[in-house]
Amino acid sequence: MKVRPYTPYLYIVPGLFFVCIFVYFPVLSNFYYSFFRLSSYSSSMTWVGLSNYLKLAKEPILLTMLRNNLLYVIISLCVQVGLGTTLAILLETKYCRKFSSLYRNILFFPALMSLTAVGLLWQFVYTPNIGLLNALLGSVGLEQLQHAWLGDKNTAIFAIIGMSQWQFTGYVTILMIVAIQKVPEEYTEAAIIDGASTLQRSLFITIPSVKEQLLVCSIITIIGAFKLFTEVYVTTAGGPGNSTQVLGTYLYHQAFLYDDLGMAATVGMVILVITFSISIFQLRIAKSGEE
Amino acid sequence: MRVDGSNNTIQYRIQKAFTAVGINLIFLVLMILILLPFGWMIINTFKTNTQLFQDSLALPQSMDFINYAQAWERGLSSYYKNSLIVSIISLILIISISASTAYGISRFRFCFSTLFFFIILGGMSLSEQVALVPLFKMLTKLKIYNTHLALILPYVAFRIPFSTFLIRAYMLTIPKEMEDAAYIDGYNSWQVFLKIIIPLSKPILASCALVNLNFVWNEFIFALVFIEDMRKMTIPIGLMAFKGQLRIDYVVLLAGIVIATLPMIVIFMVLQKQFIRGLASGAVKG
Repeated sequence: MKVRPYTPYLYIVPGLFFVCIFVYFPVLSNFYYSFFRLSSYSSSMTWVGLSNYLKLAKEPILLTMLRNNLLYVIISLCVQVGLGTTLAILLETKYCRKFSSLYRNILFFPALMSLTAVGLLWQFVYTPNIGLLNALLGSVGLEQLQHAWLGDKNTAIFAIIGMSQWQFTGYVTILMIVAIQKVPEEYTEAAIIDGASTLQRSLFITIPSVKEQLLVCSIITIIGAFKLFTEVYVTTAGGPGNSTQVLGTYLYHQAFLYDDLGMAATVGMVILVITFSISIFQLRIAKSGEE
Repeated sequence: MRVDGSNNTIQYRIQKAFTAVGINLIFLVLMILILLPFGWMIINTFKTNTQLFQDSLALPQSMDFINYAQAWERGLSSYYKNSLIVSIISLILIISISASTAYGISRFRFCFSTLFFFIILGGMSLSEQVALVPLFKMLTKLKIYNTHLALILPYVAFRIPFSTFLIRAYMLTIPKEMEDAAYIDGYNSWQVFLKIIIPLSKPILASCALVNLNFVWNEFIFALVFIEDMRKMTIPIGLMAFKGQLRIDYVVLLAGIVIATLPMIVIFMVLQKQFIRGLASGAVKG
């Protein structure tokens, strides 16, 4: 085919323009901003060197934030990826055949709700007097377990993490089902002829065949955990007493509550370094899967 | 399928039946856990606030849609309109720009083509929070802060990498013969793109549109920071504002949540296949 030498560029220029102006430029500016003190309402900037980074390192809440992000990672890996994959395997066995599409659809429903809707709904589920959780506990005679779930420093972060598991486990299940359906049938048939039980087939055939997708699901779960913002912002806004503060909410508070944009940019850099390094890993897998 | 006759003993069958019942019971419990908050929310939208406070578990006495009407009139209709405007414009831009980029990358070899591909793809690994502060400054400077454009431009930019990735992978599977024939017939590359590649890529474009719709419709952090005028808010932020404005009118808020969620659930039920293909071929969350 004969095209003019500049023709190919015409096709990619719009995309390149958008990505450079509204993704790369802001991210680079963010790096630059992290060395300054600046505010939303004025254009003056003061060079402060590394002092934002040093201040962040000394921030007493930093450990709480990292702990909360990590708790979110660990619990989500166990429930969303672990349980989600188990459910996917079960749904693809002969035991569920009749209802599997019904189960699958219902499992996926919560993932279609916006984070705000889920947050507001669960905030209400956790409400002390009239919330679903306490009402249910009361109706089965477990009043002693009733609790101000989001109001107590010790339970708030777990209440939020629990809500996320409710929302996203089905999402991982769907992703894993798609991968499991791509496993060639000859594999399982051969195993059946060899007399392998359903459990053996899942452990030794299904899981190894979908390990790539399993890794992708783990990675998006980990990245999601470090980008965590909306779930916390909507339900507790980081409270009570900063106990549910995560990197994302802290960034938002620094920028738009305390008007310390430089500090917010610094927190952004921490998120960037963590998520970017995990993403590079993901891109490499995505690429190797293409060959 | 079973070649070994000895497996069909009565004992084996009983064991199998027990496993089947057990597994289905587990799923039954899970379904209840998932549907319970939904069900509870829906029954309470048919109550008055007083009834809710008396007993939130009780079934409603009548099927009165007044809370839905209230939610719609007291703000949701305008948030809906804004979400529709932002979503439609964003989707059109995302799909057309990404399809064009994917075509350029998948069909031509040119100087730095791999570099450009990686630049665009690399955008996938940059998260919204990291661009939040500079974008806020930039949109203010461009005087589009607090307009629909302040959402559309970043949404488009942040969704192009993922969408290009998805569409490119699909375009690579389209055989080149048809294009070659078209070039011989005197088509130029633009005509090939519009008349051959786009029609053949329809399935992936549909999947891509659905996944992006789910993102744009539910997006929170940009919408929270870049819009402050109640009249311009999209649904996710509108719901937050709604909560503040209603104070203790819980039943209306719950009705609002139902209205906000309904479109995605309906779209999913109708276009499930396309939706799942889009999600599965380019796994990224939220």
